[in-house]
Amino acid sequence: MNRSQPLVLGIESSCDETGVGIVRGTDLLTNTVSSSMDEHVRFGGVIPEIASRAHLDAFVPTLQAALAEADVTLDDIDAIAVTSGPGLAGALMVGVCAAKALAVATGKPLYAINHLVAHVGVGLLDARAENLLPENLGALLVSGGHTEILRIRRITDDVEMLGSTIDDAAGEAYDKVARILGLGYPGGPAIDRLAREGNAKAIRFPRGLTQPKYMGTAEEPGPHRYDWSFSGLKTAVARCVEQFEAQGEAVPVADIAAAFQEAVVDVITSKAVLACREQGITNVLLGGGVAANSRLRQLTEQRCSAAGITLHVPPLGLCTDNGAMVAALGAQLVMAGIEPSGISFAPDSSMPVTTVSAPAPEPVRTAARA
Amino acid sequence: MLILAIDTSAVASAALVSDDALEGVVGSFSTEDTRSHAEVLAPGIEKLLAESDVTGADIDAIVVGVGPGPFTGLRSGIATARTLAFAWGKPLHGLMSLDAVALEVAESTEAPREFLVATDARRKEVYWARYTLQEGQLPKLVDGPHVGFAADLPDLPAYGAGAGLYADVLRADPDFSAEQPDALYLGQFALVRLAGGGELLDSTPLYLRESDAQVPGPRKRAL
Ligand SMILES: [Zn+2]
Repeated sequence: MNRSQPLVLGIESSCDETGVGIVRGTDLLTNTVSSSMDEHVRFGGVIPEIASRAHLDAFVPTLQAALAEADVTLDDIDAIAVTSGPGLAGALMVGVCAAKALAVATGKPLYAINHLVAHVGVGLLDARAENLLPENLGALLVSGGHTEILRIRRITDDVEMLGSTIDDAAGEAYDKVARILGLGYPGGPAIDRLAREGNAKAIRFPRGLTQPKYMGTAEEPGPHRYDWSFSGLKTAVARCVEQFEAQGEAVPVADIAAAFQEAVVDVITSKAVLACREQGITNVLLGGGVAANSRLRQLTEQRCSAAGITLHVPPLGLCTDNGAMVAALGAQLVMAGIEPSGISFAPDSSMPVTTVSAPAPEPVRTAARA
Repeated sequence: MLILAIDTSAVASAALVSDDALEGVVGSFSTEDTRSHAEVLAPGIEKLLAESDVTGADIDAIVVGVGPGPFTGLRSGIATARTLAFAWGKPLHGLMSLDAVALEVAESTEAPREFLVATDARRKEVYWARYTLQEGQLPKLVDGPHVGFAADLPDLPAYGAGAGLYADVLRADPDFSAEQPDALYLGQFALVRLAGGGELLDSTPLYLRESDAQVPGPRKRAL
């Protein structure tokens, strides 16, 4: 196998995007994605069973398109990587079964990798960056499925979760609030657009988990110092709308959108920057679909630069869920000489970030029989 | 003709069948458990190929059970079969999974002329289909597949694990009361049908149930 510039095929199916990406080392050859987002619109959120059905039908066509675009064959590939978790169990299963079948058919090694760490790995494909994985690296991941701050000591095997949402993901909160405000799905772009016309200071919504009992101090951190919670915020928005309606007043939708967005973005960035300062993180990579949000990018940039932290934002097509990030992390694992995961691992919908790739199986031993 | 057959509509199973082999069987495996398909299927197929000394190039076609069956498990087999067929460049066919049990019934000595096959559909329901038999022919599907309550099925002898589960309301055959669709019989079914110039299905899953998603109603207004 080519270990210096391995050709790696990555497969992603943890939520509603079926992605196949192919990289050679840190060069991106293709990032082919098929999304079932349109099928979820009428439900106002991702329906796991619909996403799983769509993955099954999209996988082979997506694979075919990716191979064509990269102009490589399955024979050329050095290794296969697949998202093994975290994510929707039924959706993960489709990508994992397909990846295992590819491994059986081609005899190529298979890596079962962590989706969150792959979001960081995608930074390696950014041709604009000079130093692809700088020292003291952190990652802020914000999407419909996750809200996390990670510390990356070594991307192939030393990643730590510093904080995460304890209930809804930020993107999920956007979807739920968009529904309350009658703005449709996905909520992020709709709220971001409307918020520009509103006054974010007109209403003040709560910032979850910011009370002293949760925060503690730097020396004696509370139980949720770097964690987020968005379910209370969603409830507060619903109450606020109800109040206007009960009083027979027009609901100031733009102001509510702006104030909601400000609450989300404020608490995400303030806690992320706090974690970075206290943990000695000087470089932060922003990932996940909510990285497209204009206010989040603006405030993150502002607060990072005020704290002397360098912010990296990959191109948006690489921030949302995709196969290229899986391939990019897979290539790092190959280059680091990490053993492949084999084909008997189970997908893990709550795979921890401490597991960057599922470990190679134990050598088969003949069981002693009595 | 060498066929790799796969079914994950209930348990996970795979088989290599060939009209050249003794009794048509080159090799096969099946699990007992119905919830670990993603772990066991690929290693099972790899081992089956290795033990039978068969490579992808030797295979003429892939046949997959398209259900009905619990969704996630069913998709494991179809995703596997579709990907293998693509990677090896081989034709892919589908077969209704209950046909596997029907063929097994047909090959047993006391097969009745008309019968039901039922498997567990969970949520207190069964997947079922009605078959008739004629000497020397494959069982003929005359009704189904359907999903429903066992008590609502026609009054006929019933075979398969779904019948065994509801033996109180079905005329379950005790010898078949734990029988699950198996790729081995599916493969043999396919061999016979293809040899006779018959058609198989494509690999579209037979879910029989909607995705359960509810379109949210309008938000209640506070008045
Ligand atoms: Zn993601």
